[in-house]
Amino acid sequence: MFTDETMETVGAESHWRSSGAAERRAKSCQTAALEATDAGTQVPSWAQRDTQTDPEEEERRWPHLDLARGRRTEFPGLGDFLDRVKDTVIRELVKNAKSHAFDGFEVNWEEQNRTVSCTHSLQYPEAQERNLHVTSVSWNCTGSVIACAFGRMDDGDWSTEKSYVCTWNLHRQGLNPKRPDAVIDVATAVMSVSFHPSRPSLIAGGLYSGEVVVWDTGRVQDPVLAKTGMSPDTHRDPVCQVHWVPGGRRGEFLVLSAGSGGRVLLWTVHEQSELVLSAGYGLLRQQLPHKTMLTKPRGGSSVGIASLALSPWDSDTFLVGTEGGLVLKCSFSAQAPAATTPDGESVTLRAPAKFCFSPHCGPVYALHCSPFHRNLFLSVGTDGFAHLHSLLQLEPLVSLQVCDSYVFGVRWSPTRPLLFAAATGEGSVHIFDLGGMSLRPVATIEQKSGDRPVYCLEFNPRQTHLLAMGNADGTVNIWHLSTELTEQGPKEVAQLEHLASEVTE
Amino acid sequence: MAEVEETLKRIQTHKGVIGIIVVNAEGIPIRTTLDNSTTVQYAAQLHHLTMLSRSAVRELDPQNDLTFLRIKSKKHEIMVAPEKDYLLVVIQNPSE
Repeated sequence: MFTDETMETVGAESHWRSSGAAERRAKSCQTAALEATDAGTQVPSWAQRDTQTDPEEEERRWPHLDLARGRRTEFPGLGDFLDRVKDTVIRELVKNAKSHAFDGFEVNWEEQNRTVSCTHSLQYPEAQERNLHVTSVSWNCTGSVIACAFGRMDDGDWSTEKSYVCTWNLHRQGLNPKRPDAVIDVATAVMSVSFHPSRPSLIAGGLYSGEVVVWDTGRVQDPVLAKTGMSPDTHRDPVCQVHWVPGGRRGEFLVLSAGSGGRVLLWTVHEQSELVLSAGYGLLRQQLPHKTMLTKPRGGSSVGIASLALSPWDSDTFLVGTEGGLVLKCSFSAQAPAATTPDGESVTLRAPAKFCFSPHCGPVYALHCSPFHRNLFLSVGTDGFAHLHSLLQLEPLVSLQVCDSYVFGVRWSPTRPLLFAAATGEGSVHIFDLGGMSLRPVATIEQKSGDRPVYCLEFNPRQTHLLAMGNADGTVNIWHLSTELTEQGPKEVAQLEHLASEVTE
Repeated sequence: MAEVEETLKRIQTHKGVIGIIVVNAEGIPIRTTLDNSTTVQYAAQLHHLTMLSRSAVRELDPQNDLTFLRIKSKKHEIMVAPEKDYLLVVIQNPSE
């Protein structure tokens, strides 16, 4: 009765779709067309400065270079070639790693210069007549001009004696060692000078009166480019050191000054002959990270700064040596306010000290960070000792006696990782090699100044065999070092590394 | 192609190996474990030097030929295994 039946499908074509689509057309619109204009944005302009990836063109030029990438071009016979040579290469590699054939072998391509000689003895007769000392020397970035500051180191009195900053260009035709290329008259003694790291005519100077000045030797009429004046912001005690530090923007440098009043100040150079305080740090006895301070502070609680050094490896770190013999590691990014009563400064002083190394027995006159190892630095002071410190350890790695007198300056060699020079109160400069077994100097430069102290020394950043020394008798001597003292030996870096990794108890 | 990478990796694991570069007959680097600019510099210099060394050896004795080149410098040692179509350059710091 009931059977399965398959019905034929019947389709009814859609009418509205086919017919409607053809006829529809927009004729007009009731809403007005939208118009958009930019009135303002929060991002006024943008610029790209740097990217971490290589530009794309490079990629296209050498598409096959990336081993990690999947894209590959086939090279016929490459596999066979590698197969053939790999055994030889591996054999040589293994042999090389085990070989001691060349240990201690040294080739010298440079022209040997066996003597240490004084090439120039620069002096300014007017400053010498008045018995001014050379307090600081600095080479400019091209390495051809040397600036020297005249002042007094032995006089603690407040004085208004006028002084000079002189520059000599050693590459000038007909250099007259008794006539500087430029003489800048300064109202008070100059304690420190420092050339700008990239602009060869700019010199920053720290004065005995506490002022900080920037001179431009290119300006003949008025060399003062910017100065702090006697504002409440500036130091109230002699400025012992000035340095240039990289600023926030590329190519911009700020002036860092440290004074015996315990302040470290950072200045922005404004072209309108002004130095504007941008950050300030105050060192106070009660805020030092030093637990075993036994002596009660007498009088003021600020710590007198005698020296300051910047780390070439870490732009946040700076080292401070104090008149009390302490060596402190400080940080620019410190936020804690210094416990001083504000005295009209335009910025709040911060307490930068982070770590205190084992102290010297007397003022620390010079500090210098190693240009070859990020943790090593040297400190010297009136106790006659030089301490080699690691930034990570309290006790010095090496402590060696430089002389029986005061030590006023210390500098690492810019070319030999293990070598440093120290300027003494006896008028000689001792050069030490940490690679040697003995702790005796490898060279001693005696000067004809008759036992009068050497207050400062500086290696030339470009012609690294030149060493400048500033003396108490008002002369600046330029010494040409021997090859032995300037050529880096084999394994010297490894030895320094080993020295730095030693642990002291 | 995996075989090539395998070989390079094997060489790389040896003591003190800093980098490996394979250079073709035109002096163009085709494989490297170093960054591009260093590779291009090494390739150009060493290709030139290897050709020069080879011609020196053959000038001295036409029956002879260069088989291996080792350059010892203050910082490292460079080894070149030359052949007609390719050069294998290995840079090693043996004291590392």
